[in-house]
Amino acid sequence: MPQGVWAVTEIRDGEFRRISYEVVSEARRLADALGQELTVAVLGSGLEELAPLMGQYGADRVVVADDPRLEPYTTEAHVAVLTQLIQQADPAIVLLGASMQGKDLSARLAASLGVGLAPDCTSLAIEEGNLTAVRPIYAAKAYIKVSFAADQWPQMASTRPNQMAIADPDSGRQAEIVQASFDLDDGQIKTKLVEVLKDESDRPDLTEAEIIVSGGRGMQDPENFAVIEKLADLIDATVGASRAAVDAGWRPESDQVGQTGKVVSPNLYVACGISGAIQHLAGMGTSKIIVAINTDAEAPIFKAANYGILGDLFEVVPPLCEEVKKYRE
Amino acid sequence: MNSVVFVKYVPDTETWIKVARDGKSMDPEGVKWVMNPYDEFGVEEALRLKEQFGGEVLVVSFGPPKIKEIVLQGMAMGADRGLMIIDDAAQQSDPWAVARALVAGIRDFDFDLIFCGQRGVDQDQGLLGPAVAQLLDIPQLLMVQKVEVAEDQKSLRVHRPVEGRVLVLESSLPAVVTTTKGLNEPRYATLQNILKAKKKPLDTASLSDLDLDAAEFGEEARKIKVEEMSLPPERPPITMVQGETPQEAAAELARLLHEEARAI
Repeated sequence: MPQGVWAVTEIRDGEFRRISYEVVSEARRLADALGQELTVAVLGSGLEELAPLMGQYGADRVVVADDPRLEPYTTEAHVAVLTQLIQQADPAIVLLGASMQGKDLSARLAASLGVGLAPDCTSLAIEEGNLTAVRPIYAAKAYIKVSFAADQWPQMASTRPNQMAIADPDSGRQAEIVQASFDLDDGQIKTKLVEVLKDESDRPDLTEAEIIVSGGRGMQDPENFAVIEKLADLIDATVGASRAAVDAGWRPESDQVGQTGKVVSPNLYVACGISGAIQHLAGMGTSKIIVAINTDAEAPIFKAANYGILGDLFEVVPPLCEEVKKYRE
Repeated sequence: MNSVVFVKYVPDTETWIKVARDGKSMDPEGVKWVMNPYDEFGVEEALRLKEQFGGEVLVVSFGPPKIKEIVLQGMAMGADRGLMIIDDAAQQSDPWAVARALVAGIRDFDFDLIFCGQRGVDQDQGLLGPAVAQLLDIPQLLMVQKVEVAEDQKSLRVHRPVEGRVLVLESSLPAVVTTTKGLNEPRYATLQNILKAKKKPLDTASLSDLDLDAAEFGEEARKIKVEEMSLPPERPPITMVQGETPQEAAAELARLLHEEARAI
């Protein structure tokens, strides 16, 4: 019978990404529910100082694969190494994050191991010793609860960013550090990172943002996005857009929230001049608090929102900036 | 430069989803079915590569007989040939099974690239492309917004947006590319091309034609079992924030967000 929970981390610019803490914290909860150990896998190069940190977040053991060919990330190298490590350890559960890199890694790793994967889950549980998962489908217009086919191990899932609570670190807690041994043939690596084009914005990506301020058709003009950008700056938010605003050419595709854009789940979503077409509501429906500012009382966005102001965003947002400043200071 | 595009039949994104009586699946009553929007970007990109380098574009789908509509749509956009893998066992097949059917379907086609949408807008999984790439033991390039094939047609470069940055990746061919919004603007099929498409070669195969065992497909063979399907919990009723002036309303909203919602 396979034993133990594995969590796979993600590193960028020499640090764990936030999603790694979410995944490890959730994996710890699952390991506790099973009464089993948590192993955290850390892959990259020059990991000596970084890897032990995961002990504070609940790892019993940190398996370190430290090799220059594992940084920067390539699908082939990471999948090859993790496939070997997981097959050797034979865990019951493997958890990854559904970040952009995590989506790439988890899908190929599951295929490589020949097991199922429940992707982009919003909650996980242990029932009668087995993993169950809840995940949104149709861009969160519905949810399914899934279980895993019998006798297939490990049970694998990836977790949607911003959904799993991060545990308080325990600075006194230490994990056993294990240097992994693996075979990696250079010929297996068929992709190469040539260049990284940096986004000028230092705000978090929409998929990981805690606060989002979005503009729609009611913005009327691309220049007017300055109004909501100012609000976004004040509350450390990322700016999003409706499909109408993107299709009008006012905002880049990467800003689109909705069923054919990004599916987001921030703590706070402020919709300015967005009517709330079903495909937009689907993309932001898992936001915890939704605020709508719109001149149309009949706009469907008001049915999805927790708080609403019936009014002109150009009259409401500037004073809102002044008001939120008071609370931010 | 030969490309394959895998296309999926999905409910239109305007669809209101209802749960069927079995409590586990979507009620298909009144649903309008379309080609997965992300797959359209794949068809368009394959056509652009054909225009640049020559070669053929093959559109393939696996499902019930109604997939003919989207395969024909791909051919009306400009693809040269179509293949429909039609089998009752397609129903409820998981992505790993679907990948096996699709890969078997293209075994006699000499391809350089395989395109599919970065996810189906129905199940939102994003697992098909990697499953296909694994079966074929070729690289995967997921959720890309730009595709450039080298002059010698032996490698490609893609732009892959990740959180806050764009990765420029280079890969050998053949490879699997999954497509996302921003890659291109898919063309519409003109009436003339819709008529032309009906004269293009369109093959049909069942799983047994492809030497596959239907028992390894469908709900029974799923690696992930659906226990139940539900609609999102109702949100609490909205609080409409009032004020004599926009300033007042804004002040009250800020207070509520700070004190009640604790969101700022």
